[in-house]
Formats: sequence, structure tokens, C-alpha cells
Amino acid sequence: MPKDGGIGASTKRREDVRFLTGKGRYTDDINIRGQLHAHFIRSQVAHGTIRKIDTRDAEAMPGVVKVFTSADFAGVGGIPTGWQVTSRDGSVMLEPKHPVLAEGKVRHVGDPIAVVVAETLDQARDAAEAVEIDIDELPAVMDMKAAVQGGPLVHDEIGSNLCYDWGFVEENRAAVDEAFKKAAHVTTLDLVNNRLIANPMEPRVAVGDYEDHSGQHTLYTTSQNPHVIRLLMGAFVLSIPEHKLRVVAPDVGGGFGSKIYHYAEEAFVTKAAQILKRPVKWTSSRSEAFISDAQGRDHQTRIQLALDADNNFMALRCETYANMGAYLSTFAPCIPTWLHGTLLAGNYKTPLVYTNVKAVFTNTVPVDAYRGAGRPEATFQLERVIDKAARELGVSPVELRRKNFIKPDQYPYQTPVAVVYDTGNYDATLDKLLELSDYAGFEARAAESKARGKLRGFGLAHYIEACGIAPSNLVGQLGARAGLYESATVRVNATGSITVFTGSHSHGQGHETTFAQVISDMIGIDASQVEIVHGDTSNTPMGMGTYGSRSLAVGGSAMVKATNKIINKAKKIAAHLMEASEADIELKDGKFTVAGTDKEKTWVDITLAAYVPHNYPLESIEPGLEETAFYDPSNFTYPAGAYGCELEVDPETGKVEILAFTAADDFGNVVNPMIVEGQVHGGLAQGIGQAMLEHCVFDENGQLLSGSFMDYAMPRADDVPFYSVDHSCATPCTHNPLGVKGCGEAGAIGSPPAVVNAVLDALHRGGFTNVTHIDMPVSPSRVWQAMHG
Amino acid sequence: MHNFDFVKPSTIADAAQALSHEGAQALSGGQTLIPTMKQRLAAPATLVSLTAIPEMQGVCLGDGGLHIGAATPHAVVAREAKAHYPALAALAGGIGDPAVRNRGTIGGSLANNDPAACYPSAVLASGATVVTNTRKIAADDYFQGLFSTALHDGEIITSIVFPIPEKAAYVKFDQPASRFALTGVFVAKYAGGVRVAVTGASQDGVFRWKDAEAALSADFSPAAIKGLAMESGTMIHDLHGTQAYRANLVKVLTGRAVAAALA
Amino acid sequence: MTKVSMTVNGRAVSAEAEGRTLLVNYLREGLGLTGTHVGCDTSQCGACVVHVDGQAVKSCTVFAQDVAGADVRTIEGMANADGSLSTLQQAFQDHHGLQCGYCTPGMVMSSAALLAENPKPTEAEVRYHLEGNICRCTGYHNIVKAVLAASGQDVTKIAAE
Ligand SMILES: Cc1cc2nc3c(=O)[nH]c(=O)nc-3n(C[C@H](O)[C@H](O)[C@H](O)COP(=O)(O)OP(=O)(O)OC[C@H]3O[C@@H](n4cnc5c(N)ncnc54)[C@H](O)[C@@H]3O)c2cc1C
Ligand code: FES
Ligand code: FES
Repeated sequence: MPKDGGIGASTKRREDVRFLTGKGRYTDDINIRGQLHAHFIRSQVAHGTIRKIDTRDAEAMPGVVKVFTSADFAGVGGIPTGWQVTSRDGSVMLEPKHPVLAEGKVRHVGDPIAVVVAETLDQARDAAEAVEIDIDELPAVMDMKAAVQGGPLVHDEIGSNLCYDWGFVEENRAAVDEAFKKAAHVTTLDLVNNRLIANPMEPRVAVGDYEDHSGQHTLYTTSQNPHVIRLLMGAFVLSIPEHKLRVVAPDVGGGFGSKIYHYAEEAFVTKAAQILKRPVKWTSSRSEAFISDAQGRDHQTRIQLALDADNNFMALRCETYANMGAYLSTFAPCIPTWLHGTLLAGNYKTPLVYTNVKAVFTNTVPVDAYRGAGRPEATFQLERVIDKAARELGVSPVELRRKNFIKPDQYPYQTPVAVVYDTGNYDATLDKLLELSDYAGFEARAAESKARGKLRGFGLAHYIEACGIAPSNLVGQLGARAGLYESATVRVNATGSITVFTGSHSHGQGHETTFAQVISDMIGIDASQVEIVHGDTSNTPMGMGTYGSRSLAVGGSAMVKATNKIINKAKKIAAHLMEASEADIELKDGKFTVAGTDKEKTWVDITLAAYVPHNYPLESIEPGLEETAFYDPSNFTYPAGAYGCELEVDPETGKVEILAFTAADDFGNVVNPMIVEGQVHGGLAQGIGQAMLEHCVFDENGQLLSGSFMDYAMPRADDVPFYSVDHSCATPCTHNPLGVKGCGEAGAIGSPPAVVNAVLDALHRGGFTNVTHIDMPVSPSRVWQAMHG
Repeated sequence: MHNFDFVKPSTIADAAQALSHEGAQALSGGQTLIPTMKQRLAAPATLVSLTAIPEMQGVCLGDGGLHIGAATPHAVVAREAKAHYPALAALAGGIGDPAVRNRGTIGGSLANNDPAACYPSAVLASGATVVTNTRKIAADDYFQGLFSTALHDGEIITSIVFPIPEKAAYVKFDQPASRFALTGVFVAKYAGGVRVAVTGASQDGVFRWKDAEAALSADFSPAAIKGLAMESGTMIHDLHGTQAYRANLVKVLTGRAVAAALA
Repeated sequence: MTKVSMTVNGRAVSAEAEGRTLLVNYLREGLGLTGTHVGCDTSQCGACVVHVDGQAVKSCTVFAQDVAGADVRTIEGMANADGSLSTLQQAFQDHHGLQCGYCTPGMVMSSAALLAENPKPTEAEVRYHLEGNICRCTGYHNIVKAVLAASGQDVTKIAAE
């Protein structure tokens, strides 16, 4: 048993006490004396030319300070994109300007046109109705294929709606085609990966503050990565040098990707506070979030699998249209490419893979990473096409997968899609899954359901993801415009307690607890002696924040590296104090000893000596005990696992009820099992949500039909069962110091294909054998239509 | 939302007086009106709260059946109607969620007549009477299509009188996002015959399925409607279901409601 | 503006409110009690749930003036008198029933209302009762588990600790 507070213990979260008593401090809880309120006036049409904006009546209304339009942002840069993708022909992607406020044209419902700033929010809203806006509506381009075949242009100045046309691995294209010609069997599947809305429960908020005498800007914002916002907004949009710009992301109520990006509203409040010399606050309503937060997924794909006569996978071919929306959000270009095409080997030894992705502009809200980002899309198509192949070939989906798995003795494994898997054991996770889900007993349960008039099905999916994002030199070659290291400063205080400043960010993941567990374990002091500080660029080292399941794998590694520097220095001090050789000093349970002697110094003896250096080796080391480290991983990490879904379909109504969901994951080493399981639970609900409930739908004019929780179905407590999750099949990561792989996205990646495979299994068992696919969400209406339509 | 004056009278007469002014609107539980006002789709100058009027509260047996005060919250109906009219109580207990049920009222629901609301189906299937401050309106005359009713401007529903059936049940199929009725069917068997009211399904709002009523009046069993087909042309088509799907649900849920009523 | 008075967490309070001032704004802005959250504008998420005269209500869907004089309890008033976590709050911590914490005040208030009327709910009853509280982080597993545990039921058999 690991000791409470150390690595491997399900230590209770220290952050919970403030959240459970109403003492959390979220951005909307921040109110600065003298603050004004901003209300954004957003386009109600998907595409149009702005003829006139008349703000005079509004500016005369009570409490109104100013109404801003793009004219007020003339000297300001556009919202930048953090990744550049190169097309098959060698040209770089098209990158249209994304202004803070619409210039000349509006391009999606929700595009901000003007902002009313007033003393109170109600006054700002009242005045917004008096702003006169004339827009000539233009035809909207909604369908991706139509968009690239001569549909109306979203951005006239770039001359095309095709952002890029990416091929990967382009050199393999011909060989893949050749393999398909030779194949004994080819399975083809056309599918849609449904557009989703992240909907963290806390809507976005931004508060800008400006200090005239010093020229210091402060932005409080609901961000997963305050340093990234400081960099993007400071350098590219507002031209504020870093030392004059502080970005604070306090308690953040969930992100799931949607709070990675730099948004117009952040730049707006920062600039407006400077112009008006008063703090400016903007709080998104949920309705606004539906049309202004970056959305997720939205791929249309044809996936094809070629098999030889022995059912070995020979080649995989994927053609995808990926919706970018009207503008490129911060990391949008890399999601359907480097986070998708590189994952298409999955857990399998398919020797040849070719992916073509066409990224398309449409008159819709921008699309970017949402929990899993690219990897759920890859996993879904792969695990669906394998299930379809198994059915066509009349073989067990379990055995077809197992036969094609990369085997445990094949690591490190070079995939045909650039990435090298360091460790894994897919047979083990599959076996674990079959055991935990009592797969052997399934037929009996199916018979029992049948007797009640219900169709029971079991669906399997295996996934792999590349996370711990990521090696900077690699992502640089792939087009990233930022490094993806992480940082930590470990400050040991004079009396031995420790304050860690991490560049990572917690918005539900529990860093304050788990990071302290790591330090506590390394030094042997009680976890209560360690405080984790995050979220403020003024006191944390430059870090890239939290997404891509990277916090512990990358951020934790930076902290371990800094702590090792601390331990090395502390050993030097201990050696001096105990007049021993540094090489003989051992640190255990917070005590320094000299090997082979009974000499001993406590942790506090050393930390005190560092800050009260009376007897201290000043000639060789500096006083104090504080170290900063930056960690840049040498590879991604590759969590993997097997997911199983058991459900019942009501044949009369098409309603699907999930009866059991089992997840057997390999996350490598685990610091806090309770938190890891919680992350999986949350991911599963989001994946089940994608599979069964959630769907962001626009009509042909670009109006959002699923514009509130009334029509966008969020998973509720009674939509999901208790899950059974396991992470005992661990193959630790070989290249980071903790041997951890990351667990934040797995649940959302592996679950959608398991659910859909289970629905199809149920239908087949019920005799509906001509149903080969149902697009997500597998709503009652769609399932019924597939059976009876 | 726009600002307004707030008044909270304690008698029906005072409320009617307050509502006679230009721009005045009734506020009951607010579970529909407040979200509507947030979207700035309603902008009353005065809101007249009906929740402090004792005559409009509570559930009791009386002439003609079960009397329910119009400002009685769903949660109270769920508790207090149980002994007298269990199907109605169950319907009330299935509206929205507990917090909505603690505020939302039967009168508000009927005045609003949302095509996906639950209560209208109970009122229509029970042949209930909607009592207002000026008259009594039979259920068959009260509902007049989506969000429209026989109420005049400023008229206040004060109570609803439900004749108590021999057997009844309501089966609701949730719209997955809003949890309103994607389709809901209320079946009520009286000595004089069976009434079947359907909510959520039709473009014209709540309606009676007369073919099913005839079949069930002759034979009150799920098998009785097997041969019937629900016409899909007037059904709603939206994100959550096609016309054919809703027509199917009407039939399936009617069968299930009959089975539940018999159970 | 009218002065609106009520009892909040056992204390008599009063603050200015317009007709349109919602209870949640009265609490957050008028009284500085920011524990009650706003997660939607269509009355569906439940982040704003408080108790009014002992009943769970969505404070975003009630006007402050409509509950003048009422007895209101918010998340800030849920701990034991000595400041320690109540049984329910403690169960949420023990069973990891929260992640980002944003839905948590509403979850705790709704769950407390459930346990007050149904001290030993079944799993299905807990899930049904929490239909109006959306959590995006936890997948509900540990919330349901925490509520069952707070009701004194054995949850050790529920998979995953
Ligand atoms: C999250 C959520 C889920 C819901 N789910 C369901 C559901 O599943 N099924 C369902 O049926 N409903 C559902 N509802 C609606 C709910 O039942 C409302 O309570 C009801 O529709 C309106 O009642 P109210 O008392 O809140 O009315 P209010 O919102 O106060 O008023 C609604 C309208 O009726 C008028 N009015 C109110 N009372 C009277 C009266 N006595 N006489 C004349 N006019 C009056 C008002 O002026 C207003 O126009 C849901 C609501 C929410 C927020
Ligand atoms: S804030 Fe969402 S229900 Fe009140
Ligand atoms: S804990 Fe984040 S929404 Fe529930």
C-alpha cells in the first residue's frame, strides 16, 4: 500500500474543500472596483455584408460608456493560428484573417460585430437593442463538399474554401492503392463524426484591467493555458510585451479543449480596459457559448480496410473532409492532420496507411480540439471498419482484432504513420476487458433480453492515443508555431515547506493534490507541506498548459526534473554539514544520511542551512533552494485500452439503454488511482454523449438548430450506468521519469465506437442484418429509422 | 431581460385588476416565462405574481372530481393527487426535474400550452374543465394549437377540475435534450368511454386520437389498437424525430399506456 | 430598485433589487455569495440550485422580489456549525464526486434536498433526482456514489474506488 499523500495513493483532493463550501474563485467571481460590463452583439445570419452600423442611439442610453466596432480595432492584429499545415502539393494552408470584431463581412452566426460597454450588464444589453445594424445576407455555404466545389466563398480574399489538402504518408499513396488491388477482401464505410459542443459547465469569462501609470495589463480569463494566451494575444494581436501583460486563469470550471484557444473576447476586454481606463468584464451566457466557443469533431470520412486471405490487415485508406468553420481557431489545422492521421495504425500492425484530409471553410462556428481531438475520429473509423469487416467475413470481432494486434515483444514499434510506440500490451487489456465484462456470459444475457422483447448487444473497441503532447522539435517540423515543453519552479522555503509553480493548469484534474503527491514521495515530507501554484503568468514559469493529457507526463516530468536539481543541491549541502562525500549522501523519508554511518540531517536542517548559510559551502554553491526546470519529452506517450459496451435496444422505439460499460486501460504508472478513474468516468460520459446524444446541427442557412440545452442533449445522470474501470494492465512509459502516460482523454476516445458497435450487434442479433452503420448520435429516432425506415 | 414592476396580490380580484393594465402579465412558477424573458422574447411592463393567492393553491376533491388550484406546483400535485388520481400525480412527478417541479405550476403549463408539455394531455384526456376568473372552459374548447388557448388577455386560470377515471395512465417518451415529451400519450377510461390525448407529436399541439378512443372504448386492451395506423402527415419533424417516427411513437405509447392502466 | 430582505444561511440580509433581479444575481452580486453558479440561461443545468424554504429551486429562474422574506440556504451554509464539512459534503470529497467544482454547489444542494425527503434512495432514484443537474466532468459515477454513501449505504461494491 502506498502511503497516503504519496505516489500510487488515492489521496483525497485538497481543492475539494473550497469547491464544496462555495469558496472557489472562478473568473466570474472576480469583480474589480469600477468595472464596466461588455455585451457582444453577434451576427444572427451566417453570411453577410455589413452595410451600416449606427451606434449613436445606443451610446446615448443610460449607463453606456462606449459602443465598439471594428473601426476601434483598426490597428489591432487578427486572432492568430498556432499551427501551419502544408498541402500535398507543397503549398501552405490558406490562412484568412480572423479579426477581433467583424470587418466588412460576417461569416457565422455568432460572429461578433459590435460591443456595448456600460456600467451594468443590463444597461449594456438594453442598449444593444438600439444599435442599428444593416446586413445584406449572402448565401451560406454549409456542406463541406459543396464548399470546395464552387460554393460561395467564406473569405473572398483567399479565393477558395479549401484550407488545405493534406496527404499522409504521401509517399505511401501508390503502395496503398496497390495493396487494395491485391486484397482478398476490402471493407468500405462512409461515416460522419458528429460535430460537438464542448460545454464545460462554466461558460467563458474575461476581465481586462489596465494600470495607466505603469502600462501594466491584466487579463483574468477562463483558460487552460494562460501563458499561451499571453503569448498569442500579446505578440500577435495587441502588441503588448510579455512583461507588461499578466494573464491569470484562476479556478476554471472545466475546459475539454474549448478553453485552450485565444478568443476575440479576451483581446477585446484587454484593449477596451486600456482605452476606457476602467476594468471591463465579459461573461458569456450559455446561449452565447453555443455560437462562440470553438466546437469539436465534424468529419466526413470514407474509410477502407484491405485484408488478405488470412484476414491480416494489409492497408488502410482514409479520405476525410474536416470542417474548420468560418475561421481557423488556434490549433484547428493540426487536429484532423497530425492528431488524426498519425493514429490510424491504431493497435494494429497494418503495414500501409494513407490518409487524405481536406480542411474546409464553411459558414459555421470555428472547430478545434475537443477532448481527444483527432484521436476519437481516428479510433471511431478504425474500430467501426474493423467491426464491419469482421461481420462481412463472418469472423469474431474479438479475434480479428487480436490477430492483427501489435504484439508485446514488438516494442518499440515503428508505425507506418511516423509515430513510434514505446510500450504496450493490447492482448492484456483485451483479456482484462473480456474478463471484467463477463463476455463469456453475454449470450445468456442476450437470450434473457430477447425473452423480454429487447435486443441486447455487445460492442468492443480498442484504442490508442498519442498524448503527453509533445516533443517540440517534432511538432515544429510538423508545423507547430509553439514549443510544447512544460515547466516548473520548485521553491523550497526556509523551514522546509515547498511551493511549486507549474506552467501546467488544473481545471478539474486535481494537480494541487497529485503534483504534491509526487513531491512528497520524492523528498519524503508530508504532502501537506507542499503547495501547488498554477494559473498566473506573473508567478509561474512559461508553460504551455493543460490539454492532450499532458499535465503529469510533461508538466509532472518538469517538476520531477526541478525536484531532482533540488535534491542534488540539498545533498551537496548535507555533505558539507556532515563532512562527508556527496556521493555517500542518501535521502530517504525526509532524512539525509551518510552511507555506512549513523550521521543524519533532517530535511529542515538542510533547508534552513540553505537560507541561513552560516556554515555553508558558499565557494561552490549559492544559498537558497529554488530550481526551475523545463522538460521537453522525447516522444509522445501512448495510452491504450479495450472498451466494452453492453446495451439493450427497444425495437419498438429505437431507444438504447446502456447496461454496462467496461474500460480496461493501460496508463502506465498511476499517481492517484481515484483521480485517474474519475478522469476515465468523465471521458466515458462524454464519449457516450457523442455516441448517443450530442449533435450540433445547423440548418442550410447556417442557423444553429441545437442552440441550447433544450436541443443539444447533454448526458445526464440517468443516461449512464456505473462504469467498471481498470488500469491494472500497465506498461510504464519508457521515456518520462514517472513512467506515466496520461488518462484525460482515453474515455472519450474509446467509447463512441464501442457504443455504436454494440447497437449494430444488437440489431444484427434482432435480425436487422441489412443495417451496416448508423451515424452518431444513435438517437432513438435514428435507430428506429435504421430498423423500420 | 427588460425591467418591469413586480406585484404580488393576495386575491384573484386584485390580480385580475392588476392584469387589466396595459403590458401586465401573469407570473406563476416562472419556469417558462423567466427563460423566455431572458431571451428577450417577452417584455412585460408589470409582472403579476399569482403564487400568493390562497384560493389558487392546493388539491382537493369536490364537485365534478379533483380540483387543483392553478398555482399549485407540480411537486404538490405529484404528492397530493396520488391517492385520488394516480396517473395525474405520476405525470406531475415526471415533469422536468425536482427544482422545476417545486416552482412550476399547472396553471402556467396550461396557459402556455407548449406542444411538448405534459399537462395538456391529462386535461384533454380527462375531459377536465379549466376554470378562470370569468368562466369555465371545457378541455375540448380550451386548446387551440401551438401555444394558443381559449384564454383572453388578462384572463386568469384559477383552477382545473378533473373528472376521475376508472383507469388511466400517462406514458412519456423523453426528448433527449429538453426532457419534455418527444411524444406523450394519456389514456383515461371512463364509464362513458375511453379518451386518448397525445402531446409532443402534432404540429397542431395536443390532440385526441379518436380512432384509438373508439377501438379502446370497445375493447380496453393493447391489442385493440394493433390494427390502427397513425397518420404521419401532421406530425412534427425536428432534430429529435421524423414524422414517421413520431407517428410510430403515438401508437407504441398508446399501447403501453393501456397496458399500464390495466396493470 | 427596491430593498429586498430575506434570511440567507440563517442571517437576516437585505440588498437592492430591480424587478428583473434574479435570486442568483441577488446572492452573487447583492450579497457576494459567489458559491452559487450560473451555467445556462434556459433553466436546465442546475448549477444555481439553492433551497428556498427548504425546497430546491433554480435560483436563476426565480425573481429575488418573488422570494422576499423567504428562508434561503446556499452552498455557503451547508457546512457543519464548526466549519467542518457536512456528511454529504464529506462524501463528495471522499468519493471524488467533483472535478472542476462548477456544478458542485448545485449538485450538493439538489442531493441534500433528495436525502431530506428520501433518506435511503436507490441508485435509480438518485440518478432520476439529479436529472436537472448537469455535470460535464465526472460522468456522474462518483456523484451518485457519494450521495449513496452519504445516505449511509454501503458503496464498496460499486466498481472503482
Ligand atoms: C428544465 C425544465 C424542464 C421542463 N420539463 C417539462 C416537462 O417535462 N413537461 C412539461 O410539461 N413541462 C416542462 N417544463 C415546463 C414547466 O412545467 C413549467 O413550469 C410550465 O410550463 C409553466 O408553468 P409556470 O408556473 O412555471 O408558468 P410561468 O412560467 O410563470 O408562466 C407561463 C405562462 O403562463 C402564463 N400564466 C401563468 N399562470 C397563469 C394563470 N394562472 N392564468 C393565466 N395565465 C397564466 C404566464 O403569463 C406565462 O405566459 C420544464 C421547464 C423547465 C425549466
Ligand atoms: S443556471 Fe442553469 S439552471 Fe440555473
Ligand atoms: S465537476 Fe465539473 S461540471 Fe461537475
